[in-house]
Amino acid sequence: MSSTFLGMPAPPPRSPYGTGNLRGDRKFPRAAHDELRNEQLRRNLGRATRTIRAKRLDVTGELPDWEALREAGSAIKTDTMNRLPELLEQLERKVTEHGGTVHWARDGAEANEIVARLVQETGSSEVIKVKSMATQEIGLNEHLESVGITPYETDLAELIVQLAHDKPSHILVPAIHRNRDEIRQIFLKEIPGVDPGLDNVPAHLAAAARAYLREKFMTTTVAVSGANFGIAETGTLSVVESEGNGRMCLTMPDTLITVMGIEKVLPRHQDLEVFLQLLPRSSTGERMNPYTSLWTGVTPGDGPQNFHLVLLDNGRTAALADRIGREALNCIRCSACLNVCPVYERTGGHAYGSTYPGPIGAVLTPQLAGMHAAKGDPNSSLPYASSLCGACFDACPVKIDIPSLLVELRHQHTEQAGATAEKLAMRAAATVMKHPKLFTAAQKGAGLGRVLGGRDGKISHLPPPFDGWSDSRDTAAPPKRTFRSWLASAEGAATMRAAADEHRRNEKDGKKEEDA
Amino acid sequence: MRIGLFATCLGDTLFPEAVRSTAVLLARLGHDVVFPPGQTCCGQMHVNTGYQREPLPLVRNFAEQFGDTSIEAVVMPSGSCAGSVRHQHEIVAERYGDAALRSGVATVKAKTYELSELLVDVLGVEDVGAYFPHRVTYHPTCHSLRMLRVGDKPLKLLRAVDSIDLVELPEADSCCGFGGTFALKNAETSTAMLQDKMRNIAATGAGVCTAGDSSCLMHIGGGLSRIRSGTRTLHLAQILSATRTSPYVPTEAVR
Repeated sequence: MSSTFLGMPAPPPRSPYGTGNLRGDRKFPRAAHDELRNEQLRRNLGRATRTIRAKRLDVTGELPDWEALREAGSAIKTDTMNRLPELLEQLERKVTEHGGTVHWARDGAEANEIVARLVQETGSSEVIKVKSMATQEIGLNEHLESVGITPYETDLAELIVQLAHDKPSHILVPAIHRNRDEIRQIFLKEIPGVDPGLDNVPAHLAAAARAYLREKFMTTTVAVSGANFGIAETGTLSVVESEGNGRMCLTMPDTLITVMGIEKVLPRHQDLEVFLQLLPRSSTGERMNPYTSLWTGVTPGDGPQNFHLVLLDNGRTAALADRIGREALNCIRCSACLNVCPVYERTGGHAYGSTYPGPIGAVLTPQLAGMHAAKGDPNSSLPYASSLCGACFDACPVKIDIPSLLVELRHQHTEQAGATAEKLAMRAAATVMKHPKLFTAAQKGAGLGRVLGGRDGKISHLPPPFDGWSDSRDTAAPPKRTFRSWLASAEGAATMRAAADEHRRNEKDGKKEEDA
Repeated sequence: MRIGLFATCLGDTLFPEAVRSTAVLLARLGHDVVFPPGQTCCGQMHVNTGYQREPLPLVRNFAEQFGDTSIEAVVMPSGSCAGSVRHQHEIVAERYGDAALRSGVATVKAKTYELSELLVDVLGVEDVGAYFPHRVTYHPTCHSLRMLRVGDKPLKLLRAVDSIDLVELPEADSCCGFGGTFALKNAETSTAMLQDKMRNIAATGAGVCTAGDSSCLMHIGGGLSRIRSGTRTLHLAQILSATRTSPYVPTEAVR
């Protein structure tokens, strides 16, 4: 008998540990502890998310076919994920046919190296960047700086974050955690030659950034962009933005390097019809997006003459391989879920430790980077950073069932975590609750909890792990009698009989009235 | 109608008055209330905390207790437990159960209702003959609102209550911050959410905040008690079961 050893099936790799921005250094509750104490942050966030929420509801409410659009968006994305390999190969073929060059990057480190090499080949030591989540995810700016290339963010909010040596805290509004006074301070300190008399009027702040950026647009020959969509059918790439900085980056330089997550591909050009309606309404609450750029390869004499597309995996295949988790790849990064999330509204994006914060981040981050890559992995706390209220599911333009995905990730976490005290407690609770006699005995035990109550019947202090609860909430001492013991008692039986009699009396009275 | 009453583990043990009110209300409306004595817990806490293997016996027990074909409908005074039966039991049964359990779960799921759904959709009643002369505000709990889509059914029932002064809760749709073990695992974030909810409740001037879930009310009520607010929490069933002849009498220590 002969046999060929084909090797053990190996799961696709996650984003490598220790690179990029898909993992914080602290677990969510610990990071949230600090953020919650920042009163300014909570005010900024509360005001901003309330405003965007109201705008979004207005513009989605006015479309008679909004639900049908969501359905279509979800269906197109699901179809895309189901045949991602063939669509990506088609995209590669089409981009190449139109004079572009396609590069495949297994992870962030590879993508960073490819981009740095491409920039170095142009001889430039500077790049301008249109806001891009993918390059943020892989830490491209840090890598470029390490090899002597200076990246300039040109999106206003992204520029604020870069100048402040900060990290973005929102998918769409990266500087949502900053107010205008803080921004003025940052500009005064970091923009060379800025007017020292700069005040905090938004138009003046924008003008200061504009003057600074205009010079970069005119002098820099290489640009790096992300992509909102890549059309397999035509090889067309697209960036959707609000300020026109993207348009500048995409048209003025000689060389354009686009880094795109492989899940951003769409099958047909016509699919844009659906997504260009869903995206602006969900993200900024606008009916139409201000600047939508589409480009296909290179056109002699018009726009960048060298175009490179870097297709980034970085854990996406691993997410795709997960029957349930692949739904998260449908995300179009609109941030609607962040703006409706009560947890995000209080803690802000930094508490999540990842480029992708909020509800979808709590799903996507563990999917891409794993949640057991190290002991006490901060990513393992993300699936629990939700009260499962479901507002995110209602807001999602492509109908990702985020609460169910979070519950599923929690399950995956507890299955992988081995025997923990919590698991033993859950098992014990289930054992007690599956036997009605044991359950009744446990209820009697709970009744003993009355001794914890003070004279007013309130319990104000509980031992760990319940002390977090009792820090801000009283608990009523358990009542003397459970429902089942009341129902079984003479009093319970009499009350139920009386209620039934009352019905019969009422019926009789009703009949009498009818007869009369 | 012969209605199976699921008290829920929390309701049976800590909030018996909400369950009692549910039972009395249904009896007063002329229905036969049955209480399968072997019932315990739906297993929601397990599933939501990440455990799906452990609650398998609970899911099985629930399907057995309420599988009896003479029980025409199953009711519980909890939107989140109804949500668990309707949406989570299937997941557990699919993953760890056998064919018999999967079919048992599907049968029970089809006849399971939260209290306001049963009253309005199944029994076709909005005016239950209640009398409650107090200012009340209603908090739609997340699982009732988004998992079950009860919509304005609880409000329809409340509007029909005699002498009630029903006032709208600002930002009613936002979560109170309970979320089961979320309140323990992320206690500080949960508290921050609770503070905003309490501020909105205070703005209504209501003496009573009501909802269809004892668990959320335990959280909100515990917070209101801590700040010594004059507002107390009361389960929807307790308002609906109060009448002129047997009015609501406050007894709980913690509001």
